[in-house]
Amino acid sequence: MNFLLRFIMGDPLADRAVPPTGILAKLTVFVAAAMAFLAIFALVLSLTAGRVASNWADDLAQSATLRLPADLDQTNEALRAAVNVLQTTEGVASARVLEPEEQRALLAPWFGPDMPVEDLPIPQLITILPDEDGYDIVGLRARLQAEVPEAVLDDHGAWREPLLEAAQRLRLVGWTILAIIAAVMAAMITTAAHASLAANAQVIRVLRLVGARDVYIAGAFVRRFTLRAAFGAAIGALLAIALLQVMPQPDAMGVSDTGFGFQGIEWLWPLAIPVAAAIVAFVATRRAAFRRLKEQT
Amino acid sequence: MIELDNVTYGYGGTPLFSGVSLKLAPGSFHFLTGPSGAGKTTLLRLCYADLRAHQGQVRLFGQDAAHWTRDEVAMARRRIGVVHQDCQFLDHLSIAENIALPLTVAGRLTEAQDNLTQLLSWVSLAPQAGQLPPELSGGERQRAALARAVIMSPDVVIADEPTGNVDWEMSQRLLALLVELNRMGKTILIATHDLAMIRSMKADVNARVLRLKGGKLMQAGAEL
Repeated sequence: MNFLLRFIMGDPLADRAVPPTGILAKLTVFVAAAMAFLAIFALVLSLTAGRVASNWADDLAQSATLRLPADLDQTNEALRAAVNVLQTTEGVASARVLEPEEQRALLAPWFGPDMPVEDLPIPQLITILPDEDGYDIVGLRARLQAEVPEAVLDDHGAWREPLLEAAQRLRLVGWTILAIIAAVMAAMITTAAHASLAANAQVIRVLRLVGARDVYIAGAFVRRFTLRAAFGAAIGALLAIALLQVMPQPDAMGVSDTGFGFQGIEWLWPLAIPVAAAIVAFVATRRAAFRRLKEQT
Repeated sequence: MIELDNVTYGYGGTPLFSGVSLKLAPGSFHFLTGPSGAGKTTLLRLCYADLRAHQGQVRLFGQDAAHWTRDEVAMARRRIGVVHQDCQFLDHLSIAENIALPLTVAGRLTEAQDNLTQLLSWVSLAPQAGQLPPELSGGERQRAALARAVIMSPDVVIADEPTGNVDWEMSQRLLALLVELNRMGKTILIATHDLAMIRSMKADVNARVLRLKGGKLMQAGAEL
């Protein structure tokens, strides 16, 4: 903690020993701001996509659907038989036949809101919700096979697994993008630090002449680049958050109950971005400075 | 204090000088003379560990400097004040800040103000303390460089052509300051090609005059 405080407060005279280099200072701030901006959006995309997929997967995992073919002659009889089987199955909390309005809502995205569902040969759907203990899916299938052989029980497994896999891949993609952003930022700051060290070769010669140790000389550069990166990243993060606030809201985007942005503890991420940028800049500049000082011996 | 034993150094595979031995005892005063290109500056740089001998041994303050780390070199520099012909200032800092730089890098800022006031007065630069180096004359810059060289109260002061860019009167003032330092017990080594200046100083100080010529270091002869 003392080191951190000393680092942030700095030594004004040591800082003044290295003259400010305008274009490199601006470049570092700009790179850090741009990278932080991109990092925020990479995080948001990753977190939101992961959240949406997880929510869908959770919803699907908690329910099943029984489908009766539309062209079944004895639909009502089969429907009663199926509901009877479901209601007498241990572990089934409710079995509810979808109303025409609900079916119309499901089809609305494809056929519009005024579709006469009653006149169409569409399958009859029954939503099944399990109780806390759940039901035996294999036993239920066997009973349905015996009593309503035309019914198809869909436990949503075919949808859930790809969604979970997609969520995991999206998270991986998000982290990969963040790693690339950090690497690009480190490379850019290293280049800027090398340029600054080269431009200040005479300053380094004089400092060495008067007995400055490498850690003192490097410190003047490292502190400057670290603070610039933190400052630039803070600006970039703030801009990204401001843009997030004016983006379309979740309902308009059709992503149901999850928001596009940070939620709850996820708000620590934007705070962490400038810190991470500072750490990247500190490590990159320190390595560049000591390597350069060794070369100039 | 500083010892060179059978030292060889050269550039591009060609020895500039070889078999050079030199011993600077505490409190001694040496002039190093010789023609341009003889290697005076190189020899001085060996004396403050800015270069490493290709052969032979350089001992600074009783230690072999051959394998010193950069930190060890930096610590030795704090005991050796160096004055260059081109002064080597940081042009964006004031003269006062430049003079105080050795104390700044050593983390001894608390000593800076008192020492600085005395030194600025000693080299007659108090009115110019806030000016930037390019705003000073050659003589003022040389005096400032000398002040910076001694602000850490070093054991040794090495000066490379300190009077090269100043007129006769100013060179006499600078040399008088160096003689004064020697009387305070400092070891002084001055490289110069100005034999007239050496002759003028011989009456004021018990100086040993060395001549570097043809790759060899020898005691100066009757020309002085």
